[in-house]
Amino acid sequence: MEKYKVVVIGGGPAGLAAALESFKILDDKKVLIIERDKFLGGILNQCIHPGFGLHYFKEELTGPEYAHRFVEQVVENRIEYLTETHVIDITPEKEIVAVNKKGLKRIKADAIVLAMGCRERTRGAIITPGTRPAGIFTAGQAQRLINIEGYRIGKKAVIVGSGDIGLIMARRLTLEGIEVKAVVEIMPYSTGLRRNIVQCLDDFGIPLLLSHKVVKIHGKYRVEGVTIAKVDSQLQEIPATERFIECDTVLFSVGLIPENELSKKAGIVLDIKTGGPVVDNTFSTSQKGIFACGNVLHVHDLVDNVTLEAQIAGRYAAIYSQHPELFENNIHVNIVAKEGIRYVVPQKLNKNFVQPFVLRFRVDNFYKDAIVTVSNAGKVLVEYKKSILTPGEMESIEISQKILSQLDFSNDIVVSLQNI
Amino acid sequence: MQKNKVTCILCPRGCIIEKKEQGGTFEFVGFGCTRGMKWAKEEFTNPKRILTTTVHVKSGEIEFVPVRTTKPIPKEKIFEAISILKGIEVLAPVEIGSVIVKNILDTGADVVTTRRVGQKESLDN
Ligand SMILES: Cc1cc2nc3c(=O)[nH]c(=O)nc-3n(C[C@H](O)[C@H](O)[C@H](O)COP(=O)(O)OP(=O)(O)OC[C@H]3O[C@@H](n4cnc5c(N)ncnc54)[C@H](O)[C@@H]3O)c2cc1C
Ligand code: SF4
Repeated sequence: MEKYKVVVIGGGPAGLAAALESFKILDDKKVLIIERDKFLGGILNQCIHPGFGLHYFKEELTGPEYAHRFVEQVVENRIEYLTETHVIDITPEKEIVAVNKKGLKRIKADAIVLAMGCRERTRGAIITPGTRPAGIFTAGQAQRLINIEGYRIGKKAVIVGSGDIGLIMARRLTLEGIEVKAVVEIMPYSTGLRRNIVQCLDDFGIPLLLSHKVVKIHGKYRVEGVTIAKVDSQLQEIPATERFIECDTVLFSVGLIPENELSKKAGIVLDIKTGGPVVDNTFSTSQKGIFACGNVLHVHDLVDNVTLEAQIAGRYAAIYSQHPELFENNIHVNIVAKEGIRYVVPQKLNKNFVQPFVLRFRVDNFYKDAIVTVSNAGKVLVEYKKSILTPGEMESIEISQKILSQLDFSNDIVVSLQNI
Repeated sequence: MQKNKVTCILCPRGCIIEKKEQGGTFEFVGFGCTRGMKWAKEEFTNPKRILTTTVHVKSGEIEFVPVRTTKPIPKEKIFEAISILKGIEVLAPVEIGSVIVKNILDTGADVVTTRRVGQKESLDN
């Protein structure tokens, strides 16, 4: 069986950054990336729009350009990678089973970095009644079909969901000559970035129907239209507000969930709020020697944050392969999300690595003029005033050396939000 | 589309900035800072966008190569630019950053590829 110090599963931005960082640290350079697709780069290959890298590279790149900068480094450093190779199992003993054209492969790793990204929720996840004709896609599927394979997927479309992917696809379809009749959003607000609402919808006069839902899809062989209706504050359909929209294509963009099949197989503890593994500040999961980063851990809006997080995961994976004893049991302080905070990542602090780190979190609602506090043993360690907080934007707080020096390690670290 | 209201996208406050005409001169109201006011002025008089789309590749390992304009181009020229790019076919291999169209529609922006595309393996084995 082949042996590596660090094996990274997934060749997207998270996997690439993690592998590069492990590679830098390890003397014997035994690092391997495994990617199921034909190319490295992950979802970025199909995200041809600009908006990547503003924080990390201080310039605006497209997805493929951002990916290229990391792929290039992987190639230059001759880091080993396998494409068109699908990992189907990992064990708590860090044995990896992968398949490709040549057959089944078993690989032993000292440390593993999970970087499998996320997947889209489908129509089924939001239970939309109606027939099952052709012409229904998830937004990401449509993005791949249009941007990489070059298919013309329809003529008139309705998009369900107004997160960033839905908005970006509204513009993409319009540029491809497909008429976007409306973007239908069940919530009273869009979770997409304002910039995308302005540049993807307003620019082309595409209506955003908030507090609306699709109640039925029509059509026998091909989509013929959808019926939409207004919803009340309980998200219940308001009678007599139905309206028919003729279209031949429906895109669902109704959320992403971490790809956690492998994490489950390895017996990793998952966080119900993020859908990904519970990790500490070294990005170690509950299985010793298995680390996680990127969208497999929690869904990110900005790839720049994915890169930063993955570099840390890669670094600690390499350290683990040399000093596993530093990651033993009962070495953690919990970091808990309370009032107003939906989740925090990391969820634990490893007492052997009390070093400054970034706490990322999302709030559970819209807040104006609020204070986010980090406290411990009843004492507020730091507070941040924020004029606006929205569930759609990931927030972060730097946990500095100064904050860490005041910690009482026998108590939880609590993150919460108060209105001013 | 002529509008007299824009939402500023420069920071999370998202000010709605309005253009008001007063005796032949324009006045802007609603901005929260001068950076936003400058942005809105530009957005009212000459809105520009980076255009990204795809161009067909012949004999490539993928069918289409993504492209972008090297800088933002006037919004009203976007569809015209798209129709030019629809008619273009490049031959693989293509390097990242190759110029596909120079100075498209006299905008001063070039259209360049944003990804490398290798040649299709000779035999579909
Ligand atoms: C449509 C869309 C638009 C976006 N727009 C922006 C934007 O404008 N700006 C911005 O900064 N960010 C944007 N993002 C977010 C950013 O692209 C992601 O956060 C980032 O790509 C996540 O990186 P990742 O490496 O975690 O996941 P991915 O890029 O998804 O990579 C995961 C990789 O793992 C592979 N994999 C999965 N399972 C296995 C397995 N079992 N075996 C082998 N390989 C496997 C997959 O094939 C994939 O290549 C956008 C995302 C999407 C989806
Ligand atoms: S005008 Fe200034 S304060 Fe208002 S959104 Fe724009 S940048 Fe922010």
